[in-house]
Amino acid sequence: MIRYVYADQLSVHPKLQASMLKDRALQFHKRLKWEVSVDANGFERDQYDSLNPLYVIWETPEGLHGGSMRFLPSTGATMVNDFFSHLTGKVIADQRVWETTRFCVSPSAQDGGRIAALLMLAGAQLGVGFGLSHAIGVFDARMIRIYRKLGWLPEVLGTDGHGREAISAGLWEFRPDLLSGLASKAGVSTDVSEHWFARAFGQDKVAFAA
Amino acid sequence: MNRLVNMQDALSQATTLEEVQTFVQDLRAVYDLEHLVYHSVNSTGAQYAALTYDPGWVERYIEQDYARIDPVVQGCYRQFQPIDWKALDWSAKPSRAFLGEAGDAGLGNQGFSVPIRGPSGQFALVSVNQKCNDDSWSSFTSERVADLLLISHYLNEKALQIEGNPNRGPIRSLSPREKDTLTLLAAGSNRANIAETLKISESTLRVYIESARFKLGATNTTHAVAMALTHGLIVV
Repeated sequence: MIRYVYADQLSVHPKLQASMLKDRALQFHKRLKWEVSVDANGFERDQYDSLNPLYVIWETPEGLHGGSMRFLPSTGATMVNDFFSHLTGKVIADQRVWETTRFCVSPSAQDGGRIAALLMLAGAQLGVGFGLSHAIGVFDARMIRIYRKLGWLPEVLGTDGHGREAISAGLWEFRPDLLSGLASKAGVSTDVSEHWFARAFGQDKVAFAA
Repeated sequence: MNRLVNMQDALSQATTLEEVQTFVQDLRAVYDLEHLVYHSVNSTGAQYAALTYDPGWVERYIEQDYARIDPVVQGCYRQFQPIDWKALDWSAKPSRAFLGEAGDAGLGNQGFSVPIRGPSGQFALVSVNQKCNDDSWSSFTSERVADLLLISHYLNEKALQIEGNPNRGPIRSLSPREKDTLTLLAAGSNRANIAETLKISESTLRVYIESARFKLGATNTTHAVAMALTHGLIVV
């Protein structure tokens, strides 16, 4: 299932948290050889994890990390403004734009393609549900094939490098009509996707009556 | 919606916090809301608010330091998604007492807030408040959430600009020559053409670009042009 969970709510799911940070270390440090730091526990964490970001996590039936991505509002500190403004050519600080980073599918997952689709669906649901206009993110060349396959390509703002080495910054537009296509590729109904979103952010938790 | 666009124009012209207060009052009337609040706390703890609450309630709120127990403030401070007040935790006894008092002070039973994370730890909150049933409130908020995000963004940018944010810094005004230079750069002209148009040498042009970049605190020329555009210093 998809969980939308802020960093400060993640400590009540220690297994999920630990497996996510270990998978991130495997993917970004070991596999992609990014310059990320891995601590003594084998966790990959950076300064943006301490800004109480919102994680979108695919949780396996065993309660472990199957895949995840991280969101922060572009009005606060973001990686794209701090490190990649040469790609965007400007500072992007907009209440309707959230940055997405650390898109990760567990290296041990059997159905990585489906998990990628589930995460993209959950991201789209988030943006549509909160009235956001775009997600901004930095991605490398290998991801473009995945975005194309899912039918949700970003508008590229700028690219550095060539071929397989190229990295780009792009904007994904949030449109309600994306949801059904992404849901069918993820193998779930849009009702399920809405349910995951409502369970995290819905109003049925505590009655508010003046 | 046209009225909203006109009001945004008015807000972009504002140079004082009093004008922001007027905007907040006008906006409350346009949406026929019970109340509208913009509240900001910057990295040094300085606070600023533009709101339509009864002054007596504001005084009481500050005097009692209700921000400590207000579920809207407490629930929004660490998060950043727009939120209906019904999704907040009102179960604690002090929260319920606070809620009763707020109702007596003229607040409606429905609320919706947009948290804003600004530069260097600044935090702000835009809240709308209404007296109505759950169904009409949920259709209002789902129809208007994008507008509310937009309004929140403009309000915060304006308040930061007026107050002079310690990080982004108060924007220093540009000289006419610096403006001409950035305007032509923004329009896509190259340096040789700009020098010719302005009848100056390319080395003098470079001085104007550098001084504009320095005043704006921009990292490079492209950044300077972008900043000058977003702050309304140049018009293309």
